[in-house]
Amino acid sequence: MAMTDIAQAGHGHHGKPQGLARWLFATNHKDIGSLYLWFSFCMFLSGGVLALCIRAELFRPGLQFFQPELFNQFTTLHGLIMVFGAIMPAFTGMANWMLPLMIGAPDMAFARMNNWSFWLLPPAAALLMLSFIVPGGAAAAGWTLYAPLSTQMGMGMDMTIFAIHIMGLSSIMGSINIIVTILNLRAPGMSLMKMPMFAWASLITAFLIIAVMPVLAGVVTMVLTDRHFGTHFFNAAGGGDPILYQHIFWFFGHPEVYIMALPAFGIVSQVIPAFARKPLFGYASMVYATSSIGVLSFMVWAHHMFVTGMPAAAQLFFMYATMLIAVPTGVKVFNWIATMWEGSMSFETPMLFAVGFILLFTIGGLSGVTLSVAAVDVQLHGSYYVVAHFHYVLVAGALFSLFAAIYYWFPKMTGRLYSERLGKLHFWWSLLWFNVTFFPMHFLGLAGMPRRIPDYALQFTEFNQIASVGAFMFGLGQLIFLFNMLRSLRHGAPAPQLPWDGANTLEWRIPTPAPYHSFVEAPQLEVKENGVVVRLSGGRHEE
Amino acid sequence: MSLGRVLGITLLAWPAAARAGEINLQTPVTALARVEYDLHTTLLAITGAIFLLVLAVMLYAILRHRKSLGHQAAHFHENTAVEIIWTLLPLLILLAMAWPATRAVLAQKSTRGEDLTIKVTGYQWKWRYDYVDDNIGFMSHLATPREAISGTAAKPANYLLEVDEPLVVPTGRKVRLLLTANDVIHSWWVPQLGVKQDAIPGFLRDAWFTIDKPGLYRGQCSELCGKDHGFMPIVVDARSPADYALWLAARKKAAAAAADDPARVWTLAELKSRGERVYSQNCVACHQATGKGIPGAFPALDGSPVATGDKAAHIAIVLNGSKRNTAMPAWGKQLSDTDIAAVITYERNAWGNHTGQVVQPAEIKAARGAGQGA
Repeated sequence: MAMTDIAQAGHGHHGKPQGLARWLFATNHKDIGSLYLWFSFCMFLSGGVLALCIRAELFRPGLQFFQPELFNQFTTLHGLIMVFGAIMPAFTGMANWMLPLMIGAPDMAFARMNNWSFWLLPPAAALLMLSFIVPGGAAAAGWTLYAPLSTQMGMGMDMTIFAIHIMGLSSIMGSINIIVTILNLRAPGMSLMKMPMFAWASLITAFLIIAVMPVLAGVVTMVLTDRHFGTHFFNAAGGGDPILYQHIFWFFGHPEVYIMALPAFGIVSQVIPAFARKPLFGYASMVYATSSIGVLSFMVWAHHMFVTGMPAAAQLFFMYATMLIAVPTGVKVFNWIATMWEGSMSFETPMLFAVGFILLFTIGGLSGVTLSVAAVDVQLHGSYYVVAHFHYVLVAGALFSLFAAIYYWFPKMTGRLYSERLGKLHFWWSLLWFNVTFFPMHFLGLAGMPRRIPDYALQFTEFNQIASVGAFMFGLGQLIFLFNMLRSLRHGAPAPQLPWDGANTLEWRIPTPAPYHSFVEAPQLEVKENGVVVRLSGGRHEE
Repeated sequence: MSLGRVLGITLLAWPAAARAGEINLQTPVTALARVEYDLHTTLLAITGAIFLLVLAVMLYAILRHRKSLGHQAAHFHENTAVEIIWTLLPLLILLAMAWPATRAVLAQKSTRGEDLTIKVTGYQWKWRYDYVDDNIGFMSHLATPREAISGTAAKPANYLLEVDEPLVVPTGRKVRLLLTANDVIHSWWVPQLGVKQDAIPGFLRDAWFTIDKPGLYRGQCSELCGKDHGFMPIVVDARSPADYALWLAARKKAAAAAADDPARVWTLAELKSRGERVYSQNCVACHQATGKGIPGAFPALDGSPVATGDKAAHIAIVLNGSKRNTAMPAWGKQLSDTDIAAVITYERNAWGNHTGQVVQPAEIKAARGAGQGA
């Protein structure tokens, strides 16, 4: 074993390793990227099933299928699995696959650490899943795990805390890899202020992850020691403060929101210009807007705590700071629309998802402005309005952008074309049922329905039924996507090197499918803003 | 409602299905709630206009600037003037919104000059109201029967939004709430009053309202607080000052009459029937009506060593709570000696437990004294 390792290292690359070892000992960024993407899709389906259990229970008033204790476990694990299992790994997987190709690097900077960052995830996911069958069940304190409620649970909570530690470790290592790759492995000519927006977004996201994941690890560890080792960080009777938990959690939690949004901005900034056949509008201001969102995200955490009873001065500070984020976010939306303006647009599936993203993310952003006004938030906090708001941002934001990315790069990754007909069906189906599911939740929240309840008063019945039907249809629609992917992987028509005539970044200048070892020799590049390749020479690939 | 009808509503008659008032904030009955309502309407108008503008421009581009129509792509990719304008314009709109928003926050926070102070305590899963100036207080539990929740009985009109003892307050008077909690964080939310405030164990927070007109105003706990978070509603019964004064006098008299003689000796039957009521209000959520608990989370009482063995150990865990399982609170802080004696007697003689033992209030009093001495 050691001999072959050395032999391989000595003689350069000799094709793909075979069988299980290819995946278990994977160091190739494309293999690891694929592992990430498949893992996150499995997590997306698991989290989706939990969501459907929630919606099934909420179809009618009264308790039908699940007791409140189990219902709370579903809401908690749905959130944790979607955030840490589905969205974050999917973006890391996308970055793993595409970043080296987009900036002309041979691989990720730390190939073996890359393997370890991925393989930490399945055990963490297993801990979360298995916690359902231990005595007392899974964690049931909401994905925010607020103390002192989280100090009451059974061992499922300890397993969740451990899973969070592991997943945090994984995403920190993944982020170090992304930062070092982008800063050190760009091909000559690919300067920072020219590189693709997706690289910029991944870079800033990686810094956010490194800054805040240790904070999350710290705060859940404090819960752990409160639970088992007699500390009283969050127990007032022992001199602690329950609100301290929320301050630390949201110091992680708000940047986390942008960890799930910035890569989406990056993807959309690649897809829109490709299908508008027009350069991205305001590249430099996009970079500055993304960076300033990153910085501002550290200063707004307490807008999640407007009803904890902060002093007026703190309410006002966090209200103003939060409203301020609307400015750079608005700049991004305007820039995308200006990119579309006077373009020569066509609407293949990636473009549809990107445009759907802009439309729905704008709704989520504007309901966010409404929530930022502390006096109004007093009515909306902890209600279904908030549930609607963050699903517009996370499902229509993060998830739609991921679909755009997968359809966009599918030919490059696999060498095959997906079915455009099924792709479009998937988009229109998702768009319709997403809105049927989540738009009524605005009304429910305004009318006074709290979130995280397994049963509700009779006046909320109709909108809950509509939302439940929408959720099941939306879930069903994701099978269209799965079918399309599986079938196209085997039977899709062979993809040309450039399936999108407007795509002009570096990854489209190499053979399709991407060679197993791309850019073993760095190319010489002349690049325009957003990674548009003007001239390319050299650069060698190996299978 | 059939699936077909739901689909029908979904696709065709969405706006018609929503009766007025169910798609917007509830009708305000305090000045604070009115300010919140109007502020939300303003925000909705502004954000709605921005959304429509964005949508219109995007739709125009989508319809006109497409390849299939032979539209040639322009090549512009920056315009400093435009970029400055669309940075500054939103900033100005936000500044304009910040002014009324700031005034509203300051109004919410001005809790001084109250006519009446009520302490609100959140428990898993009920509320307690103490009228600080008048020395009365009571627990407020969900009044919807469990059978209605499980579906074996019809659901009443105010399903899940009804309580046995509403919070009674006078109209036209500034009521200041002091909020805290006994176990975990709860949140006291009554939409029509425009008040939502977390109740935090170990800390006091305050909030205020002045209600315009008499009526029943309903709300719910809005911070996840465990298993029965969805089952701890709030009902505020606002009465005219004269009616409120009558209620207060009657309530005080009743409280004096109901005060139990601590020295009284109770019979087993008396304690059992009172204990059953105390059990159904306080213990049933975890230990269940069957006394079987929920395996893994909440221990069974039926046949348990605590409920059938040594009386002193049973009294100790009910009075002081469990050190091993923090879900079992110290009931000594919430319930009277008589209630604790009754519920222990009930537990020792219900289901399969037939100890025949009676625990008298005096024993609880003695146990409390011993606890303090130690």
